[in-house]
Amino acid sequence: MSTHVQVPPPPPAQPLGIPGSESSWSRGDRLGVAAAWGAGILLCLVAAAIVLYMLSRGLQYLSLEMLVSHPLPSLDQSQSGGFFDPIEGTLILTVLGTAIAVPLGVGIAVWLSEYARPAWLARAVESGVEIVAGTPSIVLAIFGLLVFQQSVFGFLSFTADGNAVFGRSFFTAGAMMSLIALPLIVGSTREALQAIPAHVREASYALGKDRISTIRRVLLPASRRGIGTGITLGMGRIVGDTAIVVVLLGASLQIEPENGTPIWGLLKGTGSTLTTYVYNNSPAGEGGAPQKAYAAAFVLLLIVIALNFAVDLIARGKEPQWTR
Amino acid sequence: MSTSGSPSAAQPRNRTDQRAEVLLGALACAVLVLIAFMIVFVFVKAWPSFADNGLAWFGAGGNVDEQMQNIFNSPADPSDYVYTMHAWPLLYATALITGISVLLATAISLLSAIFIVEFAPVFMQRLLRPVIRLLAAVPSVVYGLIGILVLVPFFGNHVISDGEKESVRYVIQLDGTSVLVGVLVLTVMITPIMVAITTDALRSVPRTWTEGAAALGVNRFRALRTVGIRAARPAIVAAGVLATARALGEAIMLSMVSGSVGFAPNPLDGVTFLFEPARTLAATVVDNSEGLSVKPFGQTIYAFAAILLISSAFLSFAGWVARSSMRKYTLQAR
Repeated sequence: MSTHVQVPPPPPAQPLGIPGSESSWSRGDRLGVAAAWGAGILLCLVAAAIVLYMLSRGLQYLSLEMLVSHPLPSLDQSQSGGFFDPIEGTLILTVLGTAIAVPLGVGIAVWLSEYARPAWLARAVESGVEIVAGTPSIVLAIFGLLVFQQSVFGFLSFTADGNAVFGRSFFTAGAMMSLIALPLIVGSTREALQAIPAHVREASYALGKDRISTIRRVLLPASRRGIGTGITLGMGRIVGDTAIVVVLLGASLQIEPENGTPIWGLLKGTGSTLTTYVYNNSPAGEGGAPQKAYAAAFVLLLIVIALNFAVDLIARGKEPQWTR
Repeated sequence: MSTSGSPSAAQPRNRTDQRAEVLLGALACAVLVLIAFMIVFVFVKAWPSFADNGLAWFGAGGNVDEQMQNIFNSPADPSDYVYTMHAWPLLYATALITGISVLLATAISLLSAIFIVEFAPVFMQRLLRPVIRLLAAVPSVVYGLIGILVLVPFFGNHVISDGEKESVRYVIQLDGTSVLVGVLVLTVMITPIMVAITTDALRSVPRTWTEGAAALGVNRFRALRTVGIRAARPAIVAAGVLATARALGEAIMLSMVSGSVGFAPNPLDGVTFLFEPARTLAATVVDNSEGLSVKPFGQTIYAFAAILLISSAFLSFAGWVARSSMRKYTLQAR
């Protein structure tokens, strides 16, 4: 019995430090650890507060009717309709923005990762993408207005009598939206491409394939998940952006297509999205209908959370296993 | 990382391939062309406002809102356009709100990154991942809505005392839309970006480095603080740059929450100064986007945008310089 040595319980999750060195904790360090705990808990509390608050307000004010009825110009809240058009607007803008951003973003990522010659140009493009990512969306928005009001782009939006181009339409807003999604798509596509080991490319070359067919048949299919993640993140940014919509979509209450062919006319027309609907109905806008703003914000939050969930689903998918 | 940058000898080349390379390269250059266009367009448009005021544009003097009103109402004759603008209150508000929130966010994100990497129990680690993702994903207009409908009335009715309202009554009206609420909400918005990047960087610090510190008898917190954080400095700078860019460009939330008065909060007012409203450059642009078609007014607004554009470009450049100067003894920031 006396030979039995008491084994200390294994330390949980291998903490750093020599056993018994805990006495070296100074008061400042203890304070630091407490502050670290505090910061972690604070983040959780803030997130919980936002989600619970929006959930309660959303359930309180949201009704099915709001989702399917058109917004109407009325000061009386019971007469001002729902937000079917803003939901539609968000959808159109997201699809349009993504449709423009994906080929551009994937192309740039492929060039950066597979060609990147000359090197100085690649460096410049790389920092260019970084600058686009860092440019505030409000600056992109009014830059877009400046560009699309040139008469060359008159076919993309409404043109007034005096040949003044309005510059505001789903097309113009979608084009600028694609720029805020672009850096995310470039980033994750590039990351996925670089994760593919070189011998996979070499195997393809050994079979007599040239670079571009290797990219199309081997590399892009293998980096599908990275591209998917980038697209979903980009959609999240587009759905949540307000500044571009305020400036470039004309902020008409209902979707107002231009005359002409159905789809083209719709895209040339003006409208609003959930974000501007929330903005205009909050005390900051002219609407002053906080209930509607809460309901629309709740729907917006649900969409964003769903997109986040989609990112997780994509990331959880089966990864191609390359033997090293 | 990429082993494919240079062509290998075995690699077949042909016409299609060369065409594809040129095409993709042109696509990539389109980004550069776009940026060049953006800078040129915005500056050309903004030039009259800068040229008319000279350096006084950046100075203080007069009431910004009155000046903007005068510009908006300038006579139709181009030779009579009014351009007088002293944008100091807006520049100051931008620097103030951005600066305080980035400082706060840096402190919170460093602490919570240390917490996540070293001290958090497993369930907290699992919880914090989606929490941070969620906080980063909430659209700014939703933050703004919560700010204007919950925080602003709360601060206006309960936190700001009548005495404080009285003390600045002749200068500005305190109703809750304030620098403080703006800073608080903005901090919540930018912290998650910084936490995510800092956590990743701390995780990729080789375990042996912190263990080495621990072997010298240092406790866990100090090992992380002195070795981990130091090794992760480039990533922390990168995170700070991203967060600052986001804060600088945040327009919608701040225009909702921090008051739409072009007012320069006076630090001499003591704590009350945090309760005073202020309007940042980006918020000013959003608030006045309706008036862009009035020529001199539009040119003034584009001048604000030009300042934003320059600051964000300068920011990415400064971040790059800081990172490359730290690169020698630290982890590579990606």
